[in-house]
Parts: sequence; structure tokens; C-alpha cells
Amino acid sequence: MVEQREHFVVRFAGEGGQGVVTAAEMLAQAASQVGYYIQTFATFPSQILGGPTWTQARVATARVFSPGDELDILVAFNKEAYDTHRSEVRNGGVIVFDSAQFTPENEAASIGLPFDELAKKTGNARAANMVVLGALTRLVNWEPGFMEQFIIKRFTRNRPDDESIIKANIEALHLGRKAAGDTELQVGQLAPPQKPEGIQVLMKGNEAISVGAMAAGMDFYVGYPISPATPILLFMERNLYGPGKYVYQSSSEIESINAILGAGYAGKKAMTATAGPGFSLMAEGLGLAWMAEIPLVVVDVQRGGPATGLPTKTEQSDLNLALHPAHGDVNLPVLAPGTVEECFWAAIRAVAWAERYQGPVIILSEMMLAERSENIPKPDLSKIKIENRLIYKGNGNSGNGASNVYLRYKENELQPMSIPGGPGAYVANGSEHDEFGDTTHRPHHHVRLTERRFGKLRLLESDNFERVNPNHNIAVVPWGGSKGPAWEAYGHLEKAKVPVSWFYTMELNPLPPKMLEELKKKDLVLVPELNYQGQFASYLRSLGVKAETINQYTGLPFQVKELVHRITEKVNAASKKKVTA
Amino acid sequence: MTNKNPEYDFKWCPGCGDFGVRRAIEWAFKDRAVKTQQSVENNVVVAGIGCSGNLVHLVEGPQPYGIHGIHGRTLPIAFGIKLGRPDLNVVVVAGDGDFLSIGAEHIGPQAQRNLNVTAVIMDNGVYGLTKGQSSPTTSFGTVTNSTPFGKIEGKVKAIEHFLALGVSFVGSGFSGKPRELANLITKAMEHPGFAIVQVQSPCVTYNDTYDYLKGDPKKGIAPALYDVPKNHDASDWDAAFKLARAPGVPIGIIYQAPGSVPMEKRIDEIKAKAKPQSPQELLDAYVIR
Repeated sequence: MVEQREHFVVRFAGEGGQGVVTAAEMLAQAASQVGYYIQTFATFPSQILGGPTWTQARVATARVFSPGDELDILVAFNKEAYDTHRSEVRNGGVIVFDSAQFTPENEAASIGLPFDELAKKTGNARAANMVVLGALTRLVNWEPGFMEQFIIKRFTRNRPDDESIIKANIEALHLGRKAAGDTELQVGQLAPPQKPEGIQVLMKGNEAISVGAMAAGMDFYVGYPISPATPILLFMERNLYGPGKYVYQSSSEIESINAILGAGYAGKKAMTATAGPGFSLMAEGLGLAWMAEIPLVVVDVQRGGPATGLPTKTEQSDLNLALHPAHGDVNLPVLAPGTVEECFWAAIRAVAWAERYQGPVIILSEMMLAERSENIPKPDLSKIKIENRLIYKGNGNSGNGASNVYLRYKENELQPMSIPGGPGAYVANGSEHDEFGDTTHRPHHHVRLTERRFGKLRLLESDNFERVNPNHNIAVVPWGGSKGPAWEAYGHLEKAKVPVSWFYTMELNPLPPKMLEELKKKDLVLVPELNYQGQFASYLRSLGVKAETINQYTGLPFQVKELVHRITEKVNAASKKKVTA
Repeated sequence: MTNKNPEYDFKWCPGCGDFGVRRAIEWAFKDRAVKTQQSVENNVVVAGIGCSGNLVHLVEGPQPYGIHGIHGRTLPIAFGIKLGRPDLNVVVVAGDGDFLSIGAEHIGPQAQRNLNVTAVIMDNGVYGLTKGQSSPTTSFGTVTNSTPFGKIEGKVKAIEHFLALGVSFVGSGFSGKPRELANLITKAMEHPGFAIVQVQSPCVTYNDTYDYLKGDPKKGIAPALYDVPKNHDASDWDAAFKLARAPGVPIGIIYQAPGSVPMEKRIDEIKAKAKPQSPQELLDAYVIR
């Protein structure tokens, strides 16, 4: 009796350039096309060619939130990959290896295939990936039609050689299937797909942020290449065209931030994207945007830090910097999406926030979201409420010599902004200023304007947060990309009747006030996060929440089982303490 | 500001060269308003940090827009304004410290882009606002409070530097002749591309160079300033470089690249090649079919 499975996890591991990334992408596309849910995870070395690379794909009959802890199938393109990843294969899992490269010893549940040799038999050496996909889809008893349909769709490109490429790939698929079938190995029967309702899109986090920002009306992008944010620059360089839209690759992140500052001041909805090192360089510019009240959006796709750190690994260690990127009294709004779908909506909200409160907004994304493919419901763009800053329409000085008419910094919260070329000339000033924008050092101005800058944050407060079983004394509150594994862990905790609540928001600053109020009442708030210092827990403590971090800093995301274990331990310890007290 | 603001806290020293530069910029804006029939509010002044940057607050008469940003970053801010709003006339005002020291990295990229802005650099050879430290244009061996035993480095030769980086309009002016300076700034603003006007604008407190520039027959000092010779061919880069290397300070247009194509024109050409898709079309490309 073959075990019925609701999901399976496959990892492709090898050398960069061997097709490791393409194989996972193809599997994601094929699976999502027939109605399975998919989530991938990718990690590469920071070099152009070669180096140990691996990708993971999880295919499921219902929505999944993490790339999966244990491997059902490991596809090892070389011996090093096998040695590194073997321990993560579950009992009953199967190893598919390239027998032209190596043969593992004492490995009963394994299938050796000469990937390239089999591909060459089809007359198309580039079909090696299809040999692999054939083998592994046979291991979960996928009907061959699924992959065949995918091959036909993928390679129908209106080119003369379409037909021969399709034929070779289908042949390669069956060669792989047959080789796997001959071994009679199985990792279970994957249940038939349950097609999600409504139209779905398959996107990566960086793509979701890019499309989201454009849908929100972002019309000015200047950026500098840096892993893992470069795909956003490339997207904009291909797509941000049309009347009034501008894109440019800058000469540094210092130039990027100051360019979008100039554009935001001049009336554009301006954005840049970067990662840790670039974000550090933007510090002074972000302080100016806060001081002079200039709308702009900076996306920080976090990677491992500090300094050059781990350019291609994932970490959530830029929160402190995002909240307080510059010297002086500065506290920036921060949105940290937790899924690919939230990346889209975070971009929409960030552009809206910048316009609404007339200042800089940070999106904290992460490498694991940026490079993750996930099927999500197609966002309905007609439901997006595009926000535009209030614009001054008075007489200003209109070049007639009467000045000091428009008072940019008069009100205690904010007021319509004048735009260069129109009425209301003023100086957007990074020195402390009075209502005109003129430099002043007098205490009453510094007091009033400091309070004005902080007061405006109230305009961003919302009720956008998740709460599940809110009445327990202990709550789990993850942030950003750790939401996924934490949410799966929470499912296990619920089943095990561990008394713990769930709260979550992508609006890290300002936090939804009602959520903060509820968290303040908890005896303990546990924060899963990927950094050493427990940055979000520390931030929550500063707001009066009894928060403790559950952290990890390997450069990889949390495993679900680890979170279940660590949260349960903390909850048990806290309950025991309560009883003895 | 046109109306005096009693709470405004900044003043230039009496006799500061920057007064003349301010007057020249006001005149250039007025001339431009008449010529283009556009309001002065079509101009944006991007100011650096230092005595010179305060010019943005001290403009009298019809007010341009202004942004008083951070040290050394006038060009990137101007780049953002001009890229996003090619309809605006953008003028950078900064000193030798801001522009040639901390901000020097930005000159090359803008020269290559041929960013269509005008930078008016007030060169006084000293950090004035921080009270008298050596700057990139302070001469070798000069004693200042940060170089008590004399400056260790040689002077940055600004005009040669700009020419070498490919700046398409390089002018040299003097704050003591504001009408001539206004005309030079007007020509720089009319130039379709990146224009830098390097202005000798003495600091009377820390580095008074009036005698050196204008000369003083009583003291037997010959003037360093002289008008660019009538027979100088400003479209000839080699001639411009030679002029820049000659002794003294020539006043006028040193170089103006013939056939200069500004950044915004090149961008229009690129835009004509692209086939823009709406956000809806971009999103549709990800639909699972």
C-alpha cells in the first residue's frame, strides 16, 4: 500500500550552472500549472560560476508556508552535494544522483542516472533537467501528462525548432521515469491537486514588490546593483517606461538615496531597493528625508550582515537600522512582509504611506522572500486605492516678489506640499527650520518640529494585524519571513493544545495600536527571528511588552520542527514558573 | 527669503565673496524668467553644506525653489530632480570643500551622463563655516588651523579636473564682478548639458585672496585674474586644457563641448525604444495557465 501524501519536498543540490536553479523553477511551474501549491527556496554562493548551490521545492495539495524541513527526495548533482545534504533526507526518502559523477556507498534507496548521457540520447543535451524531473515525478506517482503538458507550454515559443525540443524533452522525461520506475522506489502517492479558487500568479518576492510598487503609482526608480536586491533594479530597467516614468542605474547607493530624495521633493513617487551595505550608506540621506519631509520608499532586501556579511544568505538583522537609520531623533515607518503575497501589498502600502505622511518609508524584505517562488492569488488591481500627497494649490509667491507666503512647515502635523515649478517656493531644509523652511537654532522651533515629525507617524496607524486564539497569556509574534515557518509551527502547537496565542503584522512601525495594547497584557511574548540580538523582541520590550526572542542566525530560515520544540519548551517553562510562584 | 526673517540665524561676513555670487545668480534667474517667460519658481537651487550653501536662503527678490541637503551630495540630489523633472532649471550651489572633497566622487558620473544642470562652485580655498581648515583648493604648504605645519597635499586643480572628467561646459568666474558672472551663469544654464562655473569667491576672514586675484600695484602684486583671451577657441578641448594649466586665473568660458547632447535627450531616445506595459499587463505575465 503506497502512502498517500499531501505534499513532498525535493532538494536539488550541486554546482552553480548545473541546472540546480532551473530544475526547481521548472518543477514549481509544472506543479502550479496543474493546481498544486508551491513554495521554493534558493541559496547560492556569491560568485559568478560554480560553487555549492541548492534549491528546494515543496509541492502540496494545500497552501504551505515554509519550504519544508525534511527532504523526501534529494537530487545530488555531485558527491559534495550528496555529502552535505544527505543527513536532511527523511527516513524513507530517496536519493537521485548523477551516476556519471559519483555513486554513493551503502545507499539502498537511491537512483543513479547519467543525467547528461540520457539527455544526449534524446538528441538534445539540454534536456538533462527533464530526465531528473521525470525520475522524481515518478517517485510520487505523478501522471506523466502533468509534465508533458508543461513541456508543451514551456517550449511552444513560435520558433522553428519548437517541435524537436518538445519531442526531446518528452523523451527525456520518460527516460527518467522509466529509470525510476525500474527501481520500484516510492516516496508515496501525491494526492491529486486541489486547484486553488480564483486566478493564481507564480511570483518571487522581488517581483511582487516591483509590480506592487508600479501598481501604486511609483514612477521614479534609481538603484545600484547589490545581492539580493538586484532583480528589482533589473525589473525596473525593463519596465519603468512611459510618460513621466524614469529609471536609472546609479553610481552608488549614496547617489541612489539622494536621487530619489531629489525626485520625491520634485513631486515624483520615488523608490530604490538595496541590501544591508547599501542601506548603511543611505543613512544620512534617510535622515534628510525625515527632516525635510520628503516622500520616498527604500526597499532593504536583508541578507546576512554585518559588513559584506553573507551576501546570498537570509537574515533578519536590519530591523534596528531600519527603525533608526540616521543620527538624531529619527524613527522611520517600517513594513516587513512575511510572504510573497505580502511583498506585493507591502509595496502598495509603502508608496501610499510615503505620500500620506510625506516622508521616507522602509520595506524590510529578506533574501528568502526575494528569491522564493510562490503561487499567490492574483491581486485585484482595481481594488487598490492609490494615494497621492496633498499638494499646495495657493498663490505662493508666483514670481511676483512677494515671498514667505507658503509656509511649508507651519502646521503641527502636515499640510499640502508645494511642488517645484508650481506656486509656493520654499527651501526643503536639512537644518532645523522654522515654518518657512529657514534655518534656525531656536529651541521652540526644534521642539515644535521634532514633535511634528514624530506626530505624523500617527497617520499611518491601522488595525491591520492577525490574531488567533488571542486569550492565552503567552503569544507567539513572528515578523517578516519567519512568519511562514512560525505559522506552520503554530498549527502543530494548536493541535498539541499548547496554550499560546498568535499575533502578526507586517506593520512594524507604527505597530497597530490595538495589537500593541493586547501584547502589553501578555505574560510573555515569544518572537521567532533570524538575528543574534533579538531585535524585534528588544523593540517590543522598549514599547512595554514582555518579549523574549527565539532566535537563530545560520543564514538559513527556521525549520518548523525547531520552532515547535523551542516554543513548547518556553511555554512549559513559563507555566511551571507560574505554578511554583 | 524676500522678507527679512528675524529668526533666521545665518549671516555671511561683511566683504564675503558669496554676496556677489548671490547677486549674480539672482540676475541670471531674472534674465532667464524674461527670456523664457517662465516663473522663477521653475528654478531649483540645490545647496551644499558650508557658507556657500546658505546662499539658498539668502536669495532676494522672486524666490526659486530650494533644497538644502547634506554635505557633498548636491549633484545626486540635482540628478534626481532633473531626471524626474526635466522641465525644471536646476542650479547647484556649493563650495570647494563640499564639491571637490566629500562630493568629488559625483562629478565623473554626472559628466558622463551630461546631466543638464549648472553647478556654481564658490571657491575660497578654505573651510570657512568650520572656521578655517585647509580645503582641496588650499595651496601646498599653507598654514591653516588644521595644517599647523603647512598643508601636506598639493592643490586640486579644479578646472583641469573638470575637463579631464568630461564636463561639457567649464566656466571660470569672479565674485567681485557680479554682472559678468551673471552672464557666465546664464550661458552655463543655457548650455545643453553639465555645466560647472568655478567662481573665485574669497573668504575675507580665513583666506583673503583679493590682493592675489585683483592685484595691488602699491604692494607690487600683479593681478592673477585676466579675461579669457579673445582668440581662445572654447570648443577646443586641448586649448581649454592648455589655458587651464597656464599661470593665473582666466575669467570666462574655458570650454564648451560642441554638439553637447544632454542626459534628458538620451533618455527620451531610450524611452522611444521601450514598449511600456501597464502594471496590469506586467501582473498578467505571472498568471499560472
